Amino acid sequence: MGTIYENRMPFKNRHVISMKDFSRKEIDYVLDTAEKLEPVARGEERSRLLDGKIIALLFFEPSTRTRLSFEVAAQRLGGQVLNLGSVEASSVMKGENLADTIRVISEYADLIVLRHPLDGSARMAAEFASVPIINGGDGSVHHPTQTFLDLYTIRRESHLEGLRIAMAGDLKYGRTVHSLCHALSLYGAEMTFVSPPELKMPSEIVRDLQKNNISVKETDSLEEIIGEVEVLYMTRVQRERFPDPEEYEKVKNRLKVTGDLLKNADPNLKILHPLPRVNEISPEVDATPHARYFQQAFYGVPIRMALLALAMGVIE
Amino acid sequence: MKEKRDLKIQAIENGTVIDHIKAGQALNVLRILGISSTFRETISFVMNAPGARGKKDVVKIEGKELSVEELNRIALISPKATINIIRDFEVVQKNIVVLPSYVEGVVRCINSNCISNSSEPIKSKFSVLQSEEEGVTLRCLYCEHVISEDIAENLR
Repeated sequence: MGTIYENRMPFKNRHVISMKDFSRKEIDYVLDTAEKLEPVARGEERSRLLDGKIIALLFFEPSTRTRLSFEVAAQRLGGQVLNLGSVEASSVMKGENLADTIRVISEYADLIVLRHPLDGSARMAAEFASVPIINGGDGSVHHPTQTFLDLYTIRRESHLEGLRIAMAGDLKYGRTVHSLCHALSLYGAEMTFVSPPELKMPSEIVRDLQKNNISVKETDSLEEIIGEVEVLYMTRVQRERFPDPEEYEKVKNRLKVTGDLLKNADPNLKILHPLPRVNEISPEVDATPHARYFQQAFYGVPIRMALLALAMGVIE
Repeated sequence: MKEKRDLKIQAIENGTVIDHIKAGQALNVLRILGISSTFRETISFVMNAPGARGKKDVVKIEGKELSVEELNRIALISPKATINIIRDFEVVQKNIVVLPSYVEGVVRCINSNCISNSSEPIKSKFSVLQSEEEGVTLRCLYCEHVISEDIAENLR
């Protein structure tokens, strides 16, 4: 995958729907752009790059973090934000379909950020939009800006090339880890998947990675691998995945990052988490130099700034 | 024996004969071609007819030559089918169906949460892949779900 897009670079008016639409060269360019914009994201420098631009945020399901970080990204660059408001109060409740909503909002805004519960909705929106669409998460499939920010965090806090990474938690349903695996495979990586057997990484993903010469190890124990990895990407295990509450309790306690566990960790280990966390990382870990998840949340701002600026063509 | 078999379906003057259809798939071939009760021409078919290479189905459509694009959809459910274009009782063209690389509006996505199964004004869209291990598989261009079995069960 990805090779046909190898040299497809100009970003102006491009949609951001799936990570698979981007070559490594293009991903690197987005990350480079984010790095340049970081002082603006921190509020240390001012920018008017998006002066006069209007960005519509269409969130058909709640996602406070993603919505706020897009809002901050747009405003830090001097852009204006148009919020759909609640779905209940909008034309959607009158039965308007998404295609029409997108066509109408295309006439008002210079770019649309879409969050929608149906799988593939962002791809469809791109067919009807006359302005770029950035997918802010559609159903259980894609959330490319999360993957971009995960890659950016790894690059800023560790390194991308040939990374030794463990991903832990719900690897079966977690779209962020699926997308991250694919993206990291473009850089070569040694991957370890830590999960209870019922939440293992889907075998077709493991097979795809192996086809791309990525070494894959699977285990259910964090202790076993904590000394071997440079990045530990934790995800939340949701209670509703387990019909038996006792089983959930067992799994939850087995996949927990604690101060004790970290005694055997590589001193340079960085721990990431897409947040919100529940109890898979104990609070005592927050104060250690390993904890980078709040930093990761900040990196969502420069990454979204970069994607907004590139898609609207104000940075070429 | 040969004469008796020929009686099952009469030769047609003009139209399309789809031969060597996988046994039992004739009705699905009609579905995949979008042929329903509103179709006005004569259609005849046999199912489970004995042939040199085992049982097969045959469909004859009179008075209509279907387009290559329409006919190639048959490869999704019966990759060895052959298409004979008949004019004046003669076979003027004989081709094996070719698996298309893309199909639109023919198959329903198996993912119930896919946007193509909602009330949006779009048709389903799939890229078609063929591999030795998995045979024919379809990948939804919206939600990326893969259909590798029971394509015939998911015809629109």
